[in-house]
Formats: sequence, structure tokens, C-alpha cells
Amino acid sequence: MSAPATTPTTTEFGYNTKVEGEVIHTTVDAALNWFRKNSLWPMPMGLACCGIELMAVGASRFDISRFGSEVMRFSPRQSDVMIVAGTVTYKMALAVRRIYEQMAEPKWVIAMGACASTGGMYRSYAVLQGVDNILPVDVYVAGCPPRPEALLDALIRLQGIVAREPITRTLKKDAAPAKYGSLGMELGDRGEVIHS
Amino acid sequence: MPTSLELAGRLREAFGDLLPAPVEFRGEVTLTLQDADRIAEVCAFAKQELGFDMLLDLSGMDETPNDPRWAVVYELYGMAHSAHLRLKVRVSEEKSEVPTVSGVWRTADWHEREAYDMLGIRFAGHPDLRRILMWDGYPYFPLRKDFPLAGKPTELPETAFTRTAPLEGGPFVTVAGGKDSIVREPRARTPEA
Repeated sequence: MSAPATTPTTTEFGYNTKVEGEVIHTTVDAALNWFRKNSLWPMPMGLACCGIELMAVGASRFDISRFGSEVMRFSPRQSDVMIVAGTVTYKMALAVRRIYEQMAEPKWVIAMGACASTGGMYRSYAVLQGVDNILPVDVYVAGCPPRPEALLDALIRLQGIVAREPITRTLKKDAAPAKYGSLGMELGDRGEVIHS
Repeated sequence: MPTSLELAGRLREAFGDLLPAPVEFRGEVTLTLQDADRIAEVCAFAKQELGFDMLLDLSGMDETPNDPRWAVVYELYGMAHSAHLRLKVRVSEEKSEVPTVSGVWRTADWHEREAYDMLGIRFAGHPDLRRILMWDGYPYFPLRKDFPLAGKPTELPETAFTRTAPLEGGPFVTVAGGKDSIVREPRARTPEA
């Protein structure tokens, strides 16, 4: 017998309805996480100049909607991720905390820029030395202010965190106040990080 | 149009010994009023008779270790003659009170609240002398020279709290004109005495 006249030169990858009959096999975790990570609605907590960069991220040039996060919600009840963009003063700190508490679970926090992450250049009586003193921060973004690309990178990293969450294992747990932040930090009654 | 010095001269004619000779430095004219209790009167005259219709700024100063401790500085400007004039009064720590000029220029309202908030200088007759930057109930006056740079811990439940900022050997000082960014960037340095 002679060899076939032609050999296939291309291979189909991915999902093919003709082959798989419009059925996708996956785990519940993976499916739910996939829904969640591609529509993270931000709560734009713009407090200083980082807020301007945050607006740039939302505008056409950098276009955060490419990652499903273009729906900036000014109501905490409708948002998934709080982007703390700017200097958190002590006068503002508990208001930020209150807005975070009004967000529905599941919720995440991005600390954007040096001030939100550590207090930045403000080693002062008036400035909270990092928003992780009152909130569990998932991703920190360096920069003063960070480039818009850096915030997009933070969002992609957060999507990575969201994609790995074991939802079905945590769903049945009581919605008790969080004892631990998302980085495993121990939290006090006010949600502040306890440094042991 | 009258210059700042001429206007300062007219102010001195009206108030005599209360205003010693003006100090001129780089084109800026400063008059120091000897009796702080009459500042509102002097300001009203400056506005009504000399055309200083705008108060650019009002600020308090902690001149520790000088006696008297406090100074309040008024930056006056006239739209019509484009002349600036600086008025200064000094107040002792025991008194810590100056008459308000918010009746002369309404903008003084918030400036005086800021001076009160940061230094604790009270303004007699002010319509609403509350803190403006820090929250009501904050126990300190943070721009006083004896207030530590790192702040002091405070707690006002459900309203606000403060902690001491880690200075890590600071304050952090920038060296201007350094060769590279490593030299220029702010670091903990011993102040050059």
C-alpha cells in the first residue's frame, strides 16, 4: 500500500462544537472563577493623583475594558474590587473602611501606588501608613503614580488570584467576619491587620 | 498707581506708632502691627481706604523659641492697584488669641480655621471656629514645633484614629543637584547643623 496522497498539515486546538457536541466539561470552581475573573467591577477609590492615572486606565488608550473591568461602580454594593488609588489620610481611613464593608462578597482590594501601599512619601501625623492597616489587600502596585500598564498588570494578577480560589470549598462556610486577610494576615475587629 | 511702600506709608499715617517702619525685602513690604488686638481695625482701613480688596492668604506661625511665640501673617492684595502688602502680628502663647478679620474679608473664615486647627491660635469673634483639616475631637495641634514629625497616636472610636509614622531614622531629606538619582532620592540623613 502506498502512503496517503496528503497528510494533514493543520491541527485544530481548543473547543470544537462539531466534535464535542456543544458540551464543555469543567469543574464548578473553574467555571465560577472564570465568570468572576472576567467581570471584576472596580470601586474607584480615587483619593489623590493616582486617581487620575486610574481614569487613564479606564479611557480608550489603555482601555481596562479589554480585561472586563470597565464598569466602574460608584456604589460599593455593585462592585467587586476596590482600587485604592491615592493617599489615605487618617481622616479618610475609616470612610474607606466603611465603603469596603458595604461591598458585597466576594471582594478584593488593589492598593495602587506608593501611598496606598505604604504611606509613600508621607511619613506624617496625617497619613495612614498603608491601606493594608485597615483592609486586606490582594495586589500592591508600585509607582508614584504607577503607569496605567502597571495597574493593568495588577488586574491581570488579581484575575490569576481569583482564578485559583476554591469557591465550592468556601461557599458552605458561615459568612462570619473575616479573621484573615487574603494574604493570610490576621485581622482585628475593625479589619485592621494585626502585626504579631 | 500707588506702590506698596506708599500704601504702607498711608497706613502708618492713620495708625501712627502702632506700625513701625516697613521692612522691604526683594520688593515685598512687611508691616508689623504692635498691638494684635487692633488687626481687624487696621485690615478694615486697608480694605476700605487703601483698596486692598483681596486677602491672598492668612497663616499662623510658630516662632519657637521666640517670645511671643505666635505670629499671624496677612497677605493683602489690591485688584485696582496691583500692590501687595504683608501685615504681621505677634501673640504670646498665654493669650493665643487674635481678633478675626473674617468680617473684613469673608475668605478669612477658612484660613483662620486652618490656623486654629494646625497651631491652636484662636480668632476672637470668628463665626464658626472649628477644625477644618483634622477631625473634631483630634486632641493636638500638629504644626506646633513641639509636635513630633511622626505624629502621636490617637483614638476616637468610630470616627478616626492616628498612629505614629515609622520614621526609620528619618526625617528623609533630598539632596538637590545630586549627580544621580541614588544621591538625589530622599534618605534618612543627619541634618547639617
